[in-house]
Amino acid sequence: MPISNLLLIILAVALAGFFVVRQRAYNVALKNGGIAKLHSLPLYYGYLAGIWALVPALLMLALWGLMESTLIERSVLSLAPLSMTGLGDAQLTLMLNQVKNVAAGVVAPTAGDDVQAAMVAQMIKWQGSSLLAKSALAILLAVGGALWALRQVRPSYRARIKVEGFVRLAMLFCASVAILTTVGIILSVLFESVRFFGKVPISEFMLGTHWSPQTSIRADQVASEGSFGAIPLFVGTLLISAIALTVAVPIGLMSAIYLTEYAAPRTRAFAKPAMEILAGIPTVVYGFFAALTVAPALRGWGEMIGLSVSSESALAAGLVMGVMIIPFISSLTDDVLNAVPQTMRDGSLGLGATQSETIRQVVIPAALPGIVSGILLAASRAIGETMIVVMAAGLAANMTVNPLEAVTTVTVQIVTLLTGDQEFDSAKTLAAFALGLMLFVTTLILNVIALYVVRKYREQYE
Amino acid sequence: MTDTHTVNAIQTTDTTAIVRAGLAKRYARERRFKFMGWAAVAISMLFLAFLMTSIVLKGLPAFTATYIKLDIALQADALGLTDTPSELELRRAKYGKAIKSSLRAQFPELTKRKDKRELYQLVSSYAPRQVADALVANPALLNSTASIWVLADDQIAALARNAAYTSKRTDERTQKRRVYIAALRADERIETRFNWLFFQRGDSREPEAAGLKGAIMGSLYTLFVTLLLSFPIGVAAAVYLEEFAPRNRLTDIIEVNINNLAAVPSIVFGLLGVAMFINFFHLPRSAPLVGGIVLSLMTLPTIIIASRAALKSVPPSIADAALALGASKIQTISHHVLPLAMPGILTGTIIGMAQALGESAPLLMIGMVAFIVDVPAGVTDPATVLPIQVYLWSDSPERAFTERTSAAIMVLLVFLILMNALAVLLRKQFERRW
Repeated sequence: MPISNLLLIILAVALAGFFVVRQRAYNVALKNGGIAKLHSLPLYYGYLAGIWALVPALLMLALWGLMESTLIERSVLSLAPLSMTGLGDAQLTLMLNQVKNVAAGVVAPTAGDDVQAAMVAQMIKWQGSSLLAKSALAILLAVGGALWALRQVRPSYRARIKVEGFVRLAMLFCASVAILTTVGIILSVLFESVRFFGKVPISEFMLGTHWSPQTSIRADQVASEGSFGAIPLFVGTLLISAIALTVAVPIGLMSAIYLTEYAAPRTRAFAKPAMEILAGIPTVVYGFFAALTVAPALRGWGEMIGLSVSSESALAAGLVMGVMIIPFISSLTDDVLNAVPQTMRDGSLGLGATQSETIRQVVIPAALPGIVSGILLAASRAIGETMIVVMAAGLAANMTVNPLEAVTTVTVQIVTLLTGDQEFDSAKTLAAFALGLMLFVTTLILNVIALYVVRKYREQYE
Repeated sequence: MTDTHTVNAIQTTDTTAIVRAGLAKRYARERRFKFMGWAAVAISMLFLAFLMTSIVLKGLPAFTATYIKLDIALQADALGLTDTPSELELRRAKYGKAIKSSLRAQFPELTKRKDKRELYQLVSSYAPRQVADALVANPALLNSTASIWVLADDQIAALARNAAYTSKRTDERTQKRRVYIAALRADERIETRFNWLFFQRGDSREPEAAGLKGAIMGSLYTLFVTLLLSFPIGVAAAVYLEEFAPRNRLTDIIEVNINNLAAVPSIVFGLLGVAMFINFFHLPRSAPLVGGIVLSLMTLPTIIIASRAALKSVPPSIADAALALGASKIQTISHHVLPLAMPGILTGTIIGMAQALGESAPLLMIGMVAFIVDVPAGVTDPATVLPIQVYLWSDSPERAFTERTSAAIMVLLVFLILMNALAVLLRKQFERRW
């Protein structure tokens, strides 16, 4: 019985439980002199039956699913003759995968391999009985839960309180998903990074100036060891982000100022949605534009005036990334400028200042913490931006601050390291997680500073 | 008395004079400042216009397909078929020879091997499948000479459309091809139609036969998983934080986490997906299931923040009235507050979904970047999504793939615009102000 059918059966049991128990609550209520005699509406007794039927069964299935494969693998491996216990982990995994594929019918069994045949038989047997036991237990739990709820139907039973308690718990769990996600990110990135730093010393990673992660694919292969000095990546990331911010900060700030302080309502009604469209364009589109339109154009112009511009220049990626960030800065600044009270502008204008003097000397200083935090958030976005640089920036880790040359960034390297066909345990793959850790920590620090600046320096206007 | 008056008068005229003297400069500065603001807005608008026009201009040709009509002799014995073949046999038969001989029959004057070889390149390598399709649709065509429209090769298609770049090319091969096309056109055997195949097929190595359906279905499945997970979890979390959460440490940590997750780079979520869901939980690689889970974690902050704002905007008097009539807290919220906040919540959800639709970096990490021909049929099939299809095609050097990339971007943008329009409509139609 496939797992989806099992889920359908459990769902059906829960539904049946809901209707039966609700009906029973009605009957009990009528026998006792009306619905008002019940503690809760019949509906809630029904809900309780549904919850009791669904939740234990599903929890059991989830737990079973987590343990199942490990237990079966262990029992299958115990069949291996003693001579094989000396095999390395990698070979055991390989053997196990073969057995799994044969058991699933994907691969034909190796002829004459008795051990494999025995293991396959064992695996099929265990998988069969596991599925049977799992299904039986799940259905038993579901029916039992519904029956238990049926027995609880009596006027004094506080069904609504129980249901609401469960709903509250479920909501708390949903709210905690944010924490779980953060913990998951930290654990997965940190765990793999620690393994990486076991292979490559952290000092080499943080201070080395040479990046070429081409390790050998197999252990017995002769190849260069690969060096993991990440400084060129950091320089490249900073260079592209700096170009992006040089474009985005002045344009974003000035357009927000123009739109909030000067623009006529009609201009605003036209320009603001256009800015939102610009913000909603997927980054892959910007990347395509940078790689196929901007970069060749820059190269052509460079040739015209006798400059050699790389076809994957940092300038092209940076410029387009800058345009991508403009609406981000503009909308953040817009909010902050709007929060500055009109009375302050009126006061300044009343003293004879021109509008631009008012903006420069009154409005912007009052809005500065918000603006600074907006720029920090923009910087964190530029550093973490992936698609534009993957498509428009280079792969070679040149250590240069010349915007006309090709540089590579942290995000580009993460993508290239992880999208190849590589064993997961190699230093090359693990390096991606170390880079991810750097990225996560950097953006986290920027975000925290941004929040701190706003909290600490914001002036409260009433 | 008179002395102070004069002093005042002198001072007034002095300051006025000073202000007057600086006035022209200050006004000039004012104009410059205002112009800078105007220019900043104009630059963004210009870029937007330029981006859109360049993509539309590049992408439009991909919506047309060029077909060539061939009279193909479909002799059962030559094709290695019985006289009443099954559908599978029809699909498996090799039609390459029949197509080639029909091309030769069309241009009998070509006798040199090289010429013939070039002639064969007129039609797409997808043509045999079209012949098979025609036979399956009408088995009576077997043992007759059938006129079948087949796809032209992508370069022939570009020449036939007479795109600007081809007129510049004068090499021998292009000249010959022009002659063939002219001959076919004189015979009314070549025509350009709307490219339905583009929406009916999965990816392909042949640009003229490559379609978006696989990517569109992949995006739909991924978004389906994302919506299924992030909407209930996001709304429940928002209700909890807005209505139930006690002011304590845990609540603070949750709120900080949500705000922080909103600013974590998307690629980091991809790393989480690889390490957690693929390597630890052994979920299938390249599947919309994992993509949807990762994207739902990314969109959660958006949905939670929007839902909280919507819940906050429902006036407390409504909740008070329900509570006063004896409703429990949860009844109050589920019967009154939540329905009133629903338009705002849905608007936020749609905007979150639009973000998820355009997202590609985390999906690169979990292997949705593979070359996949088959259209996915479920959430565990290997699939790719629209933005990643754009990324994959943009890497291909053929001009026809560049056109298709732009066309795919246009399709993606149309979806995004529709979603955002729906969000705006919802906001306008249902949002109440109290």
